[in-house]
Amino acid sequence: MDQRIGIRNTKSVLFKGLIIFFAFVITIPLIIVLLYIIKQGITQVNWHFLTHVPAPPGEKGGGIANALMGSLIMVVMASIVAVPIGMLAGIYLSENPRTKLAYYSGLCVDILQGVPSIVVGIVMYFWLVKPFGGFSAIAGSVALAIMMLPIIIRSTEQTLKLLPDSLKEAALSLGVPYHRVILKVLVPCGFAGILSGITLSIARIIGETAPLLFTALGNNYFSTNITGQMESLPHVIFTYATSPYDDWHDLAWGASFILLLFVLTLNIVTKLLTRKWKIQL
Amino acid sequence: MSIVLVLVIIGVLITLIIESMPSIKSLGIGFLWGKVWDPVQNIYGAYPFLLGTLLTSFTALIISVPFSYAIAIYLGEYNPKGWLSDLLKNTIELIAAVPSIIYGFWGIFVLVPIIRTFELKIGVAPYGVGICTSSLVLAVMIIPYAASLGITLIRMVPSPLKEGAYALGATRFEVIRSVILPFTRTGLFAGVLLSLGRALGETMAVTMLIGNTTQIASTFKEIFFGPGNTMASVIANEFTEADHTLYVSALIELGLVLFFVTVIVNLIGKRIISKATNN
Repeated sequence: MDQRIGIRNTKSVLFKGLIIFFAFVITIPLIIVLLYIIKQGITQVNWHFLTHVPAPPGEKGGGIANALMGSLIMVVMASIVAVPIGMLAGIYLSENPRTKLAYYSGLCVDILQGVPSIVVGIVMYFWLVKPFGGFSAIAGSVALAIMMLPIIIRSTEQTLKLLPDSLKEAALSLGVPYHRVILKVLVPCGFAGILSGITLSIARIIGETAPLLFTALGNNYFSTNITGQMESLPHVIFTYATSPYDDWHDLAWGASFILLLFVLTLNIVTKLLTRKWKIQL
Repeated sequence: MSIVLVLVIIGVLITLIIESMPSIKSLGIGFLWGKVWDPVQNIYGAYPFLLGTLLTSFTALIISVPFSYAIAIYLGEYNPKGWLSDLLKNTIELIAAVPSIIYGFWGIFVLVPIIRTFELKIGVAPYGVGICTSSLVLAVMIIPYAASLGITLIRMVPSPLKEGAYALGATRFEVIRSVILPFTRTGLFAGVLLSLGRALGETMAVTMLIGNTTQIASTFKEIFFGPGNTMASVIANEFTEADHTLYVSALIELGLVLFFVTVIVNLIGKRIISKATNN
């Protein structure tokens, strides 16, 4: 028996070692990827890079001003569409969790979270590109908005469910109408939580390429025309990364670095917001 | 506004079905196992893409499971609090935050040459790109999904159960093996399903790394290390080039299949999770 306990203890220690090894080893690829992107990208980024459009292959210089502008416009437009819809749907889900409609929309949120982004792209192509006769930034924004919805809805719902009922009851007992209770009490109280959902969803969509391939496509020139084709950061990386020119690869490394910077910043902001609110997203 | 959501989903489904009607009608169910995909000859078969999708997803899943379980056990049981655990948890979440296009770009320039030398050593055609490369990148990308769910579930194991086992003289390993893992088994499985759903639909990283060929090699070794294609990558590559109705609708039918598969996998996963966390 004494020998057995020795073996069992050794086994336990070995297992712990194995678990720790596997758990930490997986951070290595991430660190390698991040360091590589930073190393390759940081030398490319300067003022010229941020304010000029891409140069033709073979020419030095050029930048990603068009992609930056395009991403910005499309993300803002997507947020304008997705934030109100998402917040309202989230409020509905948290206020009426037992209705039939809530059940079905909850199901739809789950489905939407699982839909591959490329499928969203195809559908948008038939909704907004084909009928209007051309690729447009609007179609891209709507595709991105659809990708944003589930995250915003879930975070709004979760945040509002965390708020104590007494808060709502106190306001109602003072004779405040229901819609004002939601707008003036519930939403302001859960604001940080809702905001964290919005920043997280923006972090998700800013790197989405697949839905943009069939909607906003790309554009080599600076454009703010939302009914025309528009370049975006992930799309510029995709086109230039798969091109055969070294100058364009450099451009893509720079663009990746900028994209990574955006994504990391947005994630840190989300983290800070959720830490304060202890929300599980 | 919730109605909007339901309408969007129904609309997506209807659009996919209507637009893939021409190919469903003319190709029938045989589309799914037709081995030849030749748009020039107007022959469409989904088998190469089904094979590619399943092969990349399941290889990635097999690689990722030990890691995601290890993370779940480490952060759920061994080290649930403290700065080291927070750091590791945030790092894992960061893996999910990095856009897939960046993984793909990095893969082309760093991973592909490494795989190429490896392929030379084991004596297969050194493409570099292919199913093996895509699976490796996918494996890393999907780890956070199973891991973060696993952490939550393992932390939810009631401590009286664990304490009971310790009181009987069980070691840490024995408690994990015979109390914690059986208790959380279905939940951990659901996490793996979520990872799978993500792997099936992943587009950009795979498109950049898989090599995009519709030929199927004859031996398994050649298939695994050679270039291939997945449902998502063929749509990404050929959709804007598709020039006649049947071609386009065949691609959309692939999208429809992909939609159904990922949705079903995800819904099963979600169902299991909501059951596991409520009881």
